[in-house]
Amino acid sequence: MNALLLRTVSSRLFWPIVMLLVLVLINVIAFPDFLTVTVKDGHLFGSIIDILRNGAPTLIIAVGMTLVIATRGIDLSVGAVAAISGAVACSILLGSSDPGNPGTVAVAVIVALVISLVLGVWNGFLVSVIGIQPIIATLILMTAGRGVAMLITEGQILTVNSAPFKELGSGFWLGIPVAVVIGAVIFAVAALLTRRTALGMLIESVGINPEASRQAGVRARVLLFTVYAFCALSAGIAGLILTANQTAADANNTGLFIELDAILAVVIGGTSLAGGRYSLAGTLVGALVIQTLVTTVYTVGIPPIVTMVFKAAVVTAVCLLQSPTTNAAFAQLRQRLAARTARVKEAAAS
Amino acid sequence: MKKKFLGLAAAGAMLLTLAGCAGGGTSAGSSEGPKPVDQLVVGFSQVGSESGWRTANTTDIQAAFKDAGIELKFSDAQQKQENQIKAIRSYIQQGVDVIAFSPVVETGWDAVLNEAKAANIPVVLTDRAVDSADDSLYESFLGSDFVEEGKKAGQWVLDEYKDSTEPVKIIQLEGTTGAAPAIDRAEGFADAIKGDDKFEVVASQTGDFTRAGGKQVTEALLKSNPDANLIYAHNDDMALGAIEAIEAAGLKPGVDIKIVSVDAVKDGMQALADGKINYIVECSPLLGKQLVDIVEQINDGKTPEKRIITEETTFTKDQAAEALPTRQY
Repeated sequence: MNALLLRTVSSRLFWPIVMLLVLVLINVIAFPDFLTVTVKDGHLFGSIIDILRNGAPTLIIAVGMTLVIATRGIDLSVGAVAAISGAVACSILLGSSDPGNPGTVAVAVIVALVISLVLGVWNGFLVSVIGIQPIIATLILMTAGRGVAMLITEGQILTVNSAPFKELGSGFWLGIPVAVVIGAVIFAVAALLTRRTALGMLIESVGINPEASRQAGVRARVLLFTVYAFCALSAGIAGLILTANQTAADANNTGLFIELDAILAVVIGGTSLAGGRYSLAGTLVGALVIQTLVTTVYTVGIPPIVTMVFKAAVVTAVCLLQSPTTNAAFAQLRQRLAARTARVKEAAAS
Repeated sequence: MKKKFLGLAAAGAMLLTLAGCAGGGTSAGSSEGPKPVDQLVVGFSQVGSESGWRTANTTDIQAAFKDAGIELKFSDAQQKQENQIKAIRSYIQQGVDVIAFSPVVETGWDAVLNEAKAANIPVVLTDRAVDSADDSLYESFLGSDFVEEGKKAGQWVLDEYKDSTEPVKIIQLEGTTGAAPAIDRAEGFADAIKGDDKFEVVASQTGDFTRAGGKQVTEALLKSNPDANLIYAHNDDMALGAIEAIEAAGLKPGVDIKIVSVDAVKDGMQALADGKINYIVECSPLLGKQLVDIVEQINDGKTPEKRIITEETTFTKDQAAEALPTRQY
C-alpha cells in the first residue's frame, strides 16, 4: 500500500494532476454548477466542455511541441504559423464565389495545411541541414510569419461567412465539439506512432545525444525534419480551429503567445527542455491545467490587473512541486521529522 | 560598429538632399504670416498599420490633405518610437510648416519636440497623447475622448432601462489591461451608471480587444452569471466574439442579452443592423478634415484649441443600416 502511494507521489504526473484537481475544486466552490454538463440543442453544454474545446488548439500545438522538445529543440514559430494558416484559409474562402460550399472549404483547409507543412520543413531545414540553433531558427519565422499573415490579410480582419468552415471551431460531431474530436485524433495518432513503434525511442535518443545516435545509425536529420514538419502541421490545424472559432482571420492576434502556452504545457507535463524523455500524457494534463487556469480567472472573478500574477503563482507552484530539488528537500524533511519523533518517543520511554 | 556609422552617414546624406528638395531648408512656421495654402507642407508620422481602424485613419488623413491642396509628407513608424523620432527629425531638417504625429508611446518625446520648437515648427498630436510636463511642446491634441465614449454607452443603458424596476446585471468586457481606452471607457461607463442602484456590473474581465478573447470570456461568464441582462464591450471585436458565445448558449444576442459597444467598425455595424448588437458609440478614425482645419488655423496665425475632440456620433440599429453602405472601415 505504502509502496503504491510512494510510486504515485513520485510519478511525474502526480503534481500536475493534483493541481488540475485543485483548480477544478476552486471552480466548483466559486460556481457550484461548474461540473454540470447538459445537452442543449443536441450537443453537450457546460464549463467542462468549454475548457476542452478552448484547450484543444493549445493541446494540438503542445503535442507537436513535445516531440520537438524531445529532440532537444524548440519551436517558437507555431503562433505565427497558426496565424498564416488561418489567413490563407480565410482569404481563399473570401476569394471564392461560394464560401459555404464544403468543397471550397476543403480546398482552403488543404492549402492552408500544405503551407503550414512547408513552413515546418523550412524550420527543419534550418535546424538539421544548416545547423542553426532551434531557438534562433524558429525565431525567424516567429517574427517574420506574422508579417506574412498581415500581408495575406492586407492588415484587415477577414470575416468569413461559411457554415462548414465554422464547424471546425464551434461545431459538434455526435454532440462532442469538433475541435475536441480533432485534438483527440491528433493526440492518439502521435501517441500510437511514437509509442507503439520505435519512433519515440529514436526521437528521445536524438534528444539525449545527437552525435551518438547518428553513429549508432539513427537518421537524425530525417527525424528532425519530421518533428518540425509535424509541429508546424499541428500549428496549422490549431490555427484553422482558432480562426473558425471566431469566424475571422486576425493576423495580429490569432495564436498570439500560444507558443508560450504550448511550451508551458509540455513543461508542466514533466518533459525536460533539455530533450530526451517525453510524456504525451503529461502534455495533455499540462494543456488542461493551462486552460482550466484561464477559466478559473473568469469564474472566480479575479480582477484583470492581477490575472498575470495569479497565473504565474500557479505555474510556479507546479514547477516547484515537480522539481527534483524540492522533492529531495521534502524527503529530507520527512526523515528529520521521523527521526525527531523517534527521539521524543525514546526520551518518553526512558 | 563601422557598418552602423556608415548607415548613419548615408541617412544623413539622404536627409541633406531631401532638405535641398524642400527649397534650401528655409524654416517656415507661423511667425512669417499666412502662406498660400498650396505652398504649405505638412509632415505626418503614423503609428503603423496594425488594424483596419488605423488603415482608415491613414487613408482619411491623406485624402483630406489632397482635397485641401496641401502637400503631405507621410511616414509609417511601424510601431517603433525610434522610427518616429527619425521621421520627425527629418521633417525638421526639411523645414515643413507643421508636423503632425500619432505617438507610438506616451513618453520620451521631450528632446525631439524641443528640437521642433527651436526650429519654430508647430506640432499637432493626433489620436494619442504624449505624457510631458511641458505642454508648450505641442500646439494641439486632436483625438477621441475615451471617457466620453464610456459615458455615452452608460447613458444609453440608463435610457434603455429607465422604466425597469428590476435590477440590471451587466457583464463588462474590458480592453487590454492598462491601455488608455480600456481604463477610460470603464471609468466613463461606471460614472454614468453609478447614480442608480439597480445597475450592477456583476463581472468585468479583459478580452484583450480581440474576438477570440471576447468569446472565451463571455462563454465562461455566461455560465457563472446566467442571469446577466447586458454586455458592455470596450470594442466591437469583443462584442462580435460575445455574440457567438451567446448564440452557442442557446440565447438570442440583442434580445435575451443586450449588447452595447464602442468603435463602429464595419463588422460591428453589420451586427448592429442585424439586431445582434443594440447600440454602438463611435470612435472615429476619420479626423483628416479636422487636422486640415488645425493646420490652416496655424497658418493664419491663430492659436487652435489645446484639446480638440474628434467629431463622433452614436448608432442605433436604423442609423447603422443607413450608414453601412458608405462605411469606409
